[in-house]
Amino acid sequence: MNAARTFTTARRVLRQLGHDPRSIALLLLVPVLLLVLLYYVFDANRRGFDGIGASLLGIFPMVTMFLVTSIATLRERTSGTLERLLSMPLGKADLIAGYALAFGLLAVVQASAATGVAVWLLDLDIAGSPWLLLLIALLDALLGTALGLFVSAFAASEFQVVQFMPVVIFPQILLCGLFAPRDSMQPVLEALSDVLPMSYAVDGMTEVLHHTEATGDFYRDLAVVAGCALLVLALGAATLRRRTP
Amino acid sequence: MNKPRRPPGQGSPAPPQRPQAHPAAPAAGRPAVPAVSARDLTVVRGSRTVLDGLTFDVAPATVTGLLGPSGSGKSTLIRAIVGTQAKVTGTLDVLGGPAGSAPLRSRLGYVTQAPSVYADLSARQNLDYFAAVLGIPRRDRDRAVAQALDDVDLASHADDLAGNLSGGQRSRVSLAVALLGAPELLVLDEPTVGLDPVLRRDLWDLFHRLAAERGTTLLISSHVMDEADRCEHLLLVREGTLLASDSPHALRTRTGSDTIEDAFLNLVESTGSPSRERHRGGTP
Repeated sequence: MNAARTFTTARRVLRQLGHDPRSIALLLLVPVLLLVLLYYVFDANRRGFDGIGASLLGIFPMVTMFLVTSIATLRERTSGTLERLLSMPLGKADLIAGYALAFGLLAVVQASAATGVAVWLLDLDIAGSPWLLLLIALLDALLGTALGLFVSAFAASEFQVVQFMPVVIFPQILLCGLFAPRDSMQPVLEALSDVLPMSYAVDGMTEVLHHTEATGDFYRDLAVVAGCALLVLALGAATLRRRTP
Repeated sequence: MNKPRRPPGQGSPAPPQRPQAHPAAPAAGRPAVPAVSARDLTVVRGSRTVLDGLTFDVAPATVTGLLGPSGSGKSTLIRAIVGTQAKVTGTLDVLGGPAGSAPLRSRLGYVTQAPSVYADLSARQNLDYFAAVLGIPRRDRDRAVAQALDDVDLASHADDLAGNLSGGQRSRVSLAVALLGAPELLVLDEPTVGLDPVLRRDLWDLFHRLAAERGTTLLISSHVMDEADRCEHLLLVREGTLLASDSPHALRTRTGSDTIEDAFLNLVESTGSPSRERHRGGTP
């Protein structure tokens, strides 16, 4: 692991994004606009907006970073630049950390915009600190980056990689407690939701929603999401092979 | 530019060539170690043997052509040399160390067949990134990037997005990346495909300049036989086997052919099925 190569990789990824202002605009504006949409969906039921709005602040960063990373790394694999990089003195960890850093920064901006709009413009009523919301959103984004990196190894084209989103992300959204409390699910599904990382992201958001101080459960949720992100990042590193079979 | 030529009509095809001292080779005092040395090199992909028992040497500070039809295993051989190919058996030493070992990664430049650069970065930004990955210090980076752009004659397009360049320009950006950090061995997979003749000539001039002035060893693959005469030494491959390892002149003399293309055909038919050989009446 080499800090200079990690930072230079992160800078390169951000430079690439810099040439694509439309993607940046979509990444930053879409979550905000969806929150505004949701706000008016719950026009007559503001309490409903609080619960779902907070959960969505945890889900958005994970979904968008999953998409962005999976496509970006798939491109890296198919364009030959990955092969070139791996024939150079670049560690796999440098490459992965570079991606995580660049998209993590992007996620901070995205989550700040969404959280800011939700809390100050849409009067999302949270008991805890918005900083804690931001923290968990950042870890979610990291998890999305890690998952995207990992699945890109199993896709041969952009078509396939986009199909991984319903496979990897949708079940987590259905089971994370957004639609029904997790303890009211059929026991097998409840057990399944206990091992899916997004459940802990949404639980963490809910903790901040209801408690003024960071609770023990909140720290547990935080640790689970961060642990999952690191684990999947390591798995993603294992999918980068210097030698083609 | 005076290209060094080997004496004509030497040796039989298969045995490994002894590396010869080269006028432009650096460190003239010690015996020249081959830049690439393969002994019984075999690569299996899936159930197919892509390379079958190749034995050859590439002399340092020379331009060696790796010629063969498409699908003959050229790219696999190149990947084996740069260390990105799995399931390589036999012996393969590059710059004195086993192929693919970590210390080699900053000593060789590699250009894949398809230009491997970031389409959404400018030519300069591409080079800047790869220069940083290669560990070129920040204060030298701008100069190294400018030099590489100049070498491939792209200085006027330095700030265009690689994605907006023509195919030939993009492959020159890819080549420029490989020139960064003055690698001792440059391995180029079909670098001149689809380029205009003037540019092709300029690139071959550049290759010979690199060998003569910087002592770089170049291994250049091509499926275009008429590029053979631009090389000092040739490796002819077909269906994963090495047909010949010789200088263009020696190859033509030995096979009694006017062109490398004919030499290739003669070699195929003399090493191929015996019935064909009889049909053609044999070769010298």
